[in-house]
Amino acid sequence: MTQDISPQNTSNAPKQRKAVALISGGLDSLLAAKVVQEQGIHVEGINFYTGFCVEGHTHAIRKKDKDKQKRNNSLWVAEQLGIKLHIIDISEEYKDIVLNPKHGYGANLNPCLDCKIFMVNQAQAWAWAEENGFDFIITGEVIGQRPKSQRKETMPIIARESGADDRLLRPLCAKNLIPTLPEREGWVNRDELYDFSGRSRKPQFELAKKFGFEDFAQPAGGCCFLTDANYSKKLADLWDARGERRYELDDIMLLKVGRHIRPKKNFKLIVSREEGENNFLRGYKKQFTSIHTVSHGGPLTLLDGEFDKDDIRLAAQIAARYSGGKNADQVTVQVENYKGTSFVMDVPPMTAEDVKQEWHV
Amino acid sequence: MSTNTLDCRNLLCPMPVIRTQNALKELQEGDTLEVTCTDPGTLSDIPTWCRINQHQVISTNEQNNEIVFVIKK
Ligand code: SF4
Repeated sequence: MTQDISPQNTSNAPKQRKAVALISGGLDSLLAAKVVQEQGIHVEGINFYTGFCVEGHTHAIRKKDKDKQKRNNSLWVAEQLGIKLHIIDISEEYKDIVLNPKHGYGANLNPCLDCKIFMVNQAQAWAWAEENGFDFIITGEVIGQRPKSQRKETMPIIARESGADDRLLRPLCAKNLIPTLPEREGWVNRDELYDFSGRSRKPQFELAKKFGFEDFAQPAGGCCFLTDANYSKKLADLWDARGERRYELDDIMLLKVGRHIRPKKNFKLIVSREEGENNFLRGYKKQFTSIHTVSHGGPLTLLDGEFDKDDIRLAAQIAARYSGGKNADQVTVQVENYKGTSFVMDVPPMTAEDVKQEWHV
Repeated sequence: MSTNTLDCRNLLCPMPVIRTQNALKELQEGDTLEVTCTDPGTLSDIPTWCRINQHQVISTNEQNNEIVFVIKK
């Protein structure tokens, strides 16, 4: 079936309009999509993977978090809405946003405004969306909810710089903004959109109740590691140690796992805290030099950076400190480089006091 | 009909889903794809993604910290 998607379509039989909803997995984007869906619009979701997304089971590597929900919230949202979801990996392109945000950072290393522009732009530019005749884009933004990206003044910036212009509809706060194309064309009824604003989430909770959504995600720290102070600190440390702001996807994955200890500027240790992290870090043995304790049970440790023999010895002593042999005179460790060549050495474990507080990233 | 494999070991959510999604795009209706994962979260995500997008999970096997899904497009 071919569809006339031109906004000027004035035929009597109204075409079913199609919208792409940016689905983050949180409540707001769920509601925004639902509100539009209720108006008879065909909605499909896009979720962008930046590399920094917080998902239930990123934590589930660890046992203590095993009971937490392990679902991917954007998939859950799509299933609740009964819509298709397209997950797009933008982690490469996204680097430029994190490294050079034109509009700066939020409280931590979160470049929210640039991020929103980028994501809407991606949705707009995504060839598939246009090829398939999507008419407009929906986001769950609410004026004043986030101090930086969701202020009334910034809303037009996002619309303009994303290229979506007035094909960008924010159903939850549309009534506080000038009517967009979908409203002016009557594809959606403005009267049935909302005028939420401010930081209170009460109106959203009420709307969720009205629609019968109960089990939605309310991540305390938001949906993105860049808003997390500890995580941002580790990322800043990485840039500082490298003397340049760059990262690979593996770098930012590893920032989510283990203890990060930097005894010297040139290298750091990533020490697993438990079995799940051990398993995860083991997958990186072909990329990093690793240390594991042989004489006693202990964690797997990866070394990241440049290091010499003395540094390896120091690292082995620190690794031994976190092993079952922390009170022993000597601990035997095996050091293996990424090519699989290994040697064994005996080291006295470092004492707890010797592992300086400031080494902990 | 062809049988295909995809290695998603050591990838964290949502990479296994993305890789599966992209691999299935290249396949024909009726083809199968065997996906190997280590992220326990895939136990919920891969079946959910398949349900949403109308693909069929034929089998799920968990062994030695690895999960193998067989999916039919
Ligand atoms: S919290 Fe993260 S994902 Fe969300 S807008 Fe900000 S930078 Fe982007």
